[in-house]
Amino acid sequence: MSDAPVITDAERDELRRHGIMLTSLGELAAWGRSKSVWPLQFGLACCAIEMISASMARFDIARFGSEVFRPSPRQADLLIVSGTVTKKMAPQVIRLWNQMPDPKYCIAMGACAISGGPFKQGYNVLKGIDRFIPVDIYIPGCPPRPEALLHGLIQLQEQIRTGKRPTPAKVARPGECTIPEFGEHDLEPAKDPAVWQPPVITRQP
Amino acid sequence: MLTPEQIRDRLLARFPGAAISVVTNPGSSGQHSLLLPAGEGRAIAEFLRDDPELALDFCSNVSGVDWPDKEITETVKKTVPDPAGGPDKVVEEKIKKLQPGYLEVVYHLYSMAKKHGPVIVRLRTGNRSDQVTLPSFMPVWRSCDFQEREVYDLYGIVFEGHADLRRILMWDGFKDFPMRKDYEEPDDYEWEPTPHDDVLAKAKVHYPATAPAAAPAPEGKA
Ligand code: SF4
Repeated sequence: MSDAPVITDAERDELRRHGIMLTSLGELAAWGRSKSVWPLQFGLACCAIEMISASMARFDIARFGSEVFRPSPRQADLLIVSGTVTKKMAPQVIRLWNQMPDPKYCIAMGACAISGGPFKQGYNVLKGIDRFIPVDIYIPGCPPRPEALLHGLIQLQEQIRTGKRPTPAKVARPGECTIPEFGEHDLEPAKDPAVWQPPVITRQP
Repeated sequence: MLTPEQIRDRLLARFPGAAISVVTNPGSSGQHSLLLPAGEGRAIAEFLRDDPELALDFCSNVSGVDWPDKEITETVKKTVPDPAGGPDKVVEEKIKKLQPGYLEVVYHLYSMAKKHGPVIVRLRTGNRSDQVTLPSFMPVWRSCDFQEREVYDLYGIVFEGHADLRRILMWDGFKDFPMRKDYEEPDDYEWEPTPHDDVLAKAKVHYPATAPAAAPAPEGKA
């Protein structure tokens, strides 16, 4: 498929007005995919309560096609890392991710999943799940409100629909992430350099 | 409810010669505690539980405390005879001493039957390295099970007589005791967006050796 559109959006709208719908199979698949993102039924800490709340009647994640929380990673498209990832829990989270079929997406929900959050300097908490899993959407907050989770989900859907997700890097490297071992002092490895590199900071001396 | 001093006297009547002392708490709560000898600890605990007057049938809380080696300065007054034959002089001398550290475990005991408590008892290890064994109170109060495991996990106090002494929070192959004051955590400070104080010092190790020359200073700043 070439990058340049065969017809412009304006032309397509014009055709649609005359009752002709023009699309490609890829577009149709991406649209369908974006409207049925099934999350894994899996929560880790206080943020999970907000995620549960988002799935109930008041916030109603079903409006966006994501109400089908799957109890099995084999049937899930989306891993919402909702809460603190302790070092003891990290291998299990990554194992669940590895068991999900491609294409799959990851949302890091809350300060803990992004960076370790309030427990960042603790001895027992992983400083961000993105050290092992490629994260698509980061939702800041402690905890983020259910609306924020819905916003993150809509962003993800938009990116799936327009073909920005899964990212080319993710497509090139499907499947497995490194599962760390329990070491004598820390997880081994403590991070996966293929997935995560610390951002380079330049500071004034 | 008996005072700690009364409990100590009661214990001494039953265990003559045991090294039991009252550790006073100078804070406003004034919760004084009893320091028990490790050797007779188990027998004393059983007595505390079974004694009809005390009937401390419930252990609500077990805590570990780490007391590292501490340098203390003592001021001693000395009388020195004046070589010139005058009256003796009083000289103050400061002596620095190393107070060896130890690990401590603190139990909060209550009585459900008599509705009183807490009675706080402490036990101390010989040092922080090789004499870290204390008697387990798990056979006396079942609720000590997980809490003693946690103290073992985080402080490294070995409870003799515990039925199932494994780590409870950290994994089995873990070698450190994270709540000890001299614990060195793994160096994963490579990404600290807003570091300060201790974290800043640890994060600086990961800063690039020389700031890239290409990055110009922001406008208006030196
Ligand atoms: S980010 Fe805050 S609310 Fe969410 S899991 Fe961490 S501590 Fe709990």
